[in-house]
Amino acid sequence: MSAHSVTEPSPGRKRVAAALVVAYALITLLPLMWIFATGFKSPPDSIAYPPKIAFEPTLEGYVNLFTTRTRVTPEQLQALPPPDGLAETIVRNRDMVIAGPSKFGERFMNSVIIGFGSTFLSIFLGTLAAYAFSRFRIPLSDDLLFFILSTRMMPPIAVAIPIFLMYRTLGLSDTHLGMILLYTAVNISLAVWLLKGFIDEIPREYEEAALIDGYTRFQAFVKVVLPQAATGIASTAIFCLIFAWNEYAFAVLLTSGTAQTAPPFIPTIIGVGGQDWPAVAAGATLFLLPVLVFTVLLRKHLLRGITFGAVRK
Amino acid sequence: MAEVALKGVTKRFGAVSAVAGMDLTVPDGAFMVVLGPTGAGKTTTLRLVAGLERPDAGEVFIGGRRVTDETPAERDVAMVFQQYSLYPHLTVRENLAFPLKSPLLRTPPAEIARIVGETAEMLRIGHKLDNRATRLSGGEMQRVSIGRALVRRPAVYLMDEPLSSLDAKLRADLRVELKRIHAEIAATLIYVTHDQTEAMTMATHVGVLEAGRLAQVGGPREIYENPVSAHVAARLGQPRINLLPATLFGHGPDRAATIGLRPEHVALDPGGAEGAPAVVTRVERLGDQTRLHLDVAGHALVTLTDPHTDLKTGRAVAVRPRDPLWFDAAGARVT
Ligand SMILES: Nc1ncnc2c1ncn2[C@@H]1O[C@H](COP(=O)(O)OP(=O)(O)OP(=O)(O)O)[C@@H](O)[C@H]1O
Ligand SMILES: [Mg+2]
Repeated sequence: MSAHSVTEPSPGRKRVAAALVVAYALITLLPLMWIFATGFKSPPDSIAYPPKIAFEPTLEGYVNLFTTRTRVTPEQLQALPPPDGLAETIVRNRDMVIAGPSKFGERFMNSVIIGFGSTFLSIFLGTLAAYAFSRFRIPLSDDLLFFILSTRMMPPIAVAIPIFLMYRTLGLSDTHLGMILLYTAVNISLAVWLLKGFIDEIPREYEEAALIDGYTRFQAFVKVVLPQAATGIASTAIFCLIFAWNEYAFAVLLTSGTAQTAPPFIPTIIGVGGQDWPAVAAGATLFLLPVLVFTVLLRKHLLRGITFGAVRK
Repeated sequence: MAEVALKGVTKRFGAVSAVAGMDLTVPDGAFMVVLGPTGAGKTTTLRLVAGLERPDAGEVFIGGRRVTDETPAERDVAMVFQQYSLYPHLTVRENLAFPLKSPLLRTPPAEIARIVGETAEMLRIGHKLDNRATRLSGGEMQRVSIGRALVRRPAVYLMDEPLSSLDAKLRADLRVELKRIHAEIAATLIYVTHDQTEAMTMATHVGVLEAGRLAQVGGPREIYENPVSAHVAARLGQPRINLLPATLFGHGPDRAATIGLRPEHVALDPGGAEGAPAVVTRVERLGDQTRLHLDVAGHALVTLTDPHTDLKTGRAVAVRPRDPLWFDAAGARVT
């Protein structure tokens, strides 16, 4: 740690740096805050011009997001029993009744299953492959690594048509498994490369000590390498999740029903009974949360940084 | 405990032969000290015995069993690494318990606690048991690393300069401890060191390596008194043996190119009458010994003298050899 104090920046420079970071954060957070606010606006407020900064918050966007509604005549409305619950009240104010739940819940769960499933698979395969590349003498390992990286050198969507045809033949279209495999295939090159870098940094001596201490190589990998690669695994997992979570083009192309994720679903809210921006914003807000929570949970590992080695250099 | 044998073992790293055609037998219960200059292949030899390196040629035997193809775990060895290699994500206690928890031993928890406690006590690290392994001084890390080997009772202990980072007092104490453990459990030990005291006091056998080859094996006194080459002679002795042209003091045996003089081989005449003329260039008082640096016809010679000597720099004296060691042009001993 003492080495750090030598390069510790002066208080003045720290303040300038902090100001820059805050300014940058404000710029990037502004659209997010706008979406968050829009989720709580009424539809007229959401398209008001000039845009409203102060408004009366309502849950209408969230209610609309989770429900399908049908329009009824005032007479029919009169004939109904009094509304039970907040949601019904909000809907009836617009001369409508709740017809049933929307597909958002399902689509959101699809995103969770596919996003986390492919992240887990990418990390699982990536860690094993990275360990092998890092520790074993593999014939043509440099070429193999380059080949793995090269799968990332074109935009994945460039192979959309072949994948579409292949998936249709294999029956993988619109399935969770198909989407998990697809996102894993895209993420794995990144995962292998990032994780190989992290594992290369872990001295072999630790595993050797474990081998001598009576463990098999796989046990040494689990007990000694994995805990020390936690930082790298956490950051790689975040990258993989963000890609799989946000992916839109393949999701539009390959899913329509059972396995449709949230990104292609959210825009379809527009057009169902007018431009319901608050519902779209509510969907986008909820959609952001899992990645946010995941990142915050893994933050400890990200900040922990590189372990101080107990190996004498 | 077990005998360790290397038969014609060779290990190359690219163009470097770290170990070349080594034949070495460490008898059951021996305390074999391995000496040799840096890069001689000492660590590589230990790693070959441990199973961390596969020999390019030759076979390794432990307890009469051929172990060349076995994993380190199967060979049942414990090793103290030159670079400590403590598990950084574990505490000192967990580091010491790690070998005991291995699938091979599966020691019951109460037993683990007892062994770890005793080992930590012996190595004076009991107060650091709950520290992260990374939050230790170099000497403390080294003791944890020794402890991680000593918690087990393996067929062979391999120790790579295990006391190098400790202060003189602790080093002396641990020397005694290691010797006691060795006697108590009759362990076979292969021990790398650069330290003469460790070699002379602990070893039952000394092996001297030179550029990946075994130059000589023998008891510590034999290695000191009867080295087979100038190289081996230079490994032991403080100050180092003086290697001078054979003709400096008159004639040596035929073929002798070099005369080797340890301090006990140098007879000094302060009056300057008997022997080759020499000039005192420096008197070096090290506390436990007083070194006399001499110039003999342009050659430096270092010997020992009485701590209360009145010799001063510039004083003319005479020296002559007394039962010296002779070596030929290639460095081999001439008798
Ligand atoms: N993994 C390796 N890759 C390449 N060369 C190696 C490797 N390990 C050892 N060597 C080489 O083999 C030779 C012997 O090394 P070794 O570590 O056995 O020496 P040593 O006697 O233990 O030296 P020291 O006293 O400095 O620890 C050296 O020339 C070294 O550079
Ligand atoms: Mg070494």
